[in-house]
Amino acid sequence: MSRQAILLGLLLAAFVVAPAFAGPYLLSVMVVVMYFAYVGQAWNIMMGFAGQLSLGHTIYVGLGAYTAAALFVHFGIPAIFGLFAAAAVAVAAGSIIGALGFRFGVKGVYFALLTIAFAEFTRILFEHFTALGGTGGLFLPVGSRDSFDLIHLRGHPLMFYYLILAMCVGIFLLCRKLLNSRLGYTWLAVREDQDAAAALGINVFRAKLTAVMLSAGLTALGGVFFAFYYNNLFPNQAFGMNRSIEIILAPIVGGLGTLFGPILGALILTPLGEGITAATEAMGFKAAGIKQLCYGLSLLAIVKFLPEGVWPWLRLRLGLGDGEEGE
Amino acid sequence: MSPSPPPLLLIEGLVKHFRGLRAVDGVSFRVEAGEIVALIGPNGAGKTTVFNMIAGVFEPDGGRVELEGRSLIGLRPDQVCRAGVGRTFQLVKPFGNLSVEENVVVGALRWTHEITKARAQAREVLDLLGLADKRRQPARSLTLPDRKCLEVARALATKPKLLLLDEVMAGLRPAETDRMVETFRRLNRETGLTIVLIEHVMRAVMALSQRVVVINSGQPVCEGTPEEVVRDPRVLDCYLGEEPL
Ligand SMILES: Nc1ncnc2c1ncn2[C@@H]1O[C@H](COP(=O)(O)OP(=O)(O)O)[C@@H](O)[C@H]1O
Ligand SMILES: [Mg+2]
Repeated sequence: MSRQAILLGLLLAAFVVAPAFAGPYLLSVMVVVMYFAYVGQAWNIMMGFAGQLSLGHTIYVGLGAYTAAALFVHFGIPAIFGLFAAAAVAVAAGSIIGALGFRFGVKGVYFALLTIAFAEFTRILFEHFTALGGTGGLFLPVGSRDSFDLIHLRGHPLMFYYLILAMCVGIFLLCRKLLNSRLGYTWLAVREDQDAAAALGINVFRAKLTAVMLSAGLTALGGVFFAFYYNNLFPNQAFGMNRSIEIILAPIVGGLGTLFGPILGALILTPLGEGITAATEAMGFKAAGIKQLCYGLSLLAIVKFLPEGVWPWLRLRLGLGDGEEGE
Repeated sequence: MSPSPPPLLLIEGLVKHFRGLRAVDGVSFRVEAGEIVALIGPNGAGKTTVFNMIAGVFEPDGGRVELEGRSLIGLRPDQVCRAGVGRTFQLVKPFGNLSVEENVVVGALRWTHEITKARAQAREVLDLLGLADKRRQPARSLTLPDRKCLEVARALATKPKLLLLDEVMAGLRPAETDRMVETFRRLNRETGLTIVLIEHVMRAVMALSQRVVVINSGQPVCEGTPEEVVRDPRVLDCYLGEEPL
């Protein structure tokens, strides 16, 4: 077994046994860590693997969240079925954005702008969508907190804790498999040089579209979790630009295109944000945006000192070799 | 009509304009399966543009491009590759953050879905081109001659019927040139690989090609064996002021 696998095993074991020792606050922070590791991993497929910058990625969180929540609130459809609809809606949205952008050769920054435009447009749409609560929000009926009802995703916080942990493990294994597959190589080639990729027989349009669709669908599952965990949805939160930024910070800080990057980034950033919030509150002043400011500063530091992210640097420091995690 | 089978590559009356500039203007030649043909001409003659039209990067403004009798016009670069044409880029385009081996694996995945098979093929090709000991290095760390070599390796890994080489020997030392020439000869002899090469290194052109097509300012100048071509006054004319042949 490689040392990377051992490290990962230890981390997983820590998260599995943590509920036996940690209090509810710490557990709630760990849920947030895992949530950002999960959506960061999903975003990383598009940016880190296929090189397509999505700056409006929260559109997929929001669509997934609203779809599953609306089906539950209005039609009583359990989350376990709703999640398929959620993923389907997000994949459809991703296909439209991707097809538009890639068909007309919208590249780089301009593609990123297109993704922001779509997310903002959807936010405004949902703010006027009164059937789904509009700006007033959509609320899920809170059930018994003692049950472990995975079908309806109602119940004890520990259920959500282990659910998001399982999602993190699942998406990690999936991404690892993808990186060692033909599709993964195709994405990396497209990320590195589209003309060279095409000259080697790769359908660049299809490769990029596949990345967007898969990333969108997986992100939407994160959205379903978000909706049923927090029980309320507001368009400016679900589709807000700042949410999109939050999603991409962990993989950037941790290391774009790596499997550990999103996990490590979330492990660094979330406690940092929580710590700052707690510290400022303890000092008796409420400074709106201080968390964002610190995120910004840490991002600056990363870009300046570790442009490839923390993980590639740490991997060398720990003597884990410079091979991909999959090897 | 004609009972003989179509040539592997047929180029006829190829034309390409760039905003008034006639970059390629009526170029025609054919390449039979198993041949090695050189395309030469001074800088700016339109050689790379001809390759780009074969490879689906540019759509010609006129003329025909056929592979085994099937028109390639309108196909995308990836479709041309899948039709059996491998090409290298004069301005090399390595996948910089991938290892040398991974670069070549991408090429091999043109014909297989299995990573292990692709990797085995990649190692074979890297051995052949003398890049084996650098296979774990990131491609961006290679020197320019090695990057040119990597271009060839990647294209070869796709198992093409026709290989288009765009100045892959520029910058190589004579001994390295000779080795690469030997490699192409062996590939041609053993696997029947057909090659069209754009090359300024006459040492390589003379040693490798059975036929040479000369173009200048987008227009055909002459065609013949290497020996005929270097003696042709029209060829010497168009190289006037350039480096001597
Ligand atoms: N994409 C392009 N846009 C405009 N002009 C081009 C383009 N590609 C090539 N050219 C022009 O076409 C002519 C032929 O170029 P090229 O085919 O690269 O010549 P060669 O490979 O023989 O040196 C040159 O004058 C060059 O400037
Ligand atoms: Mg050229």
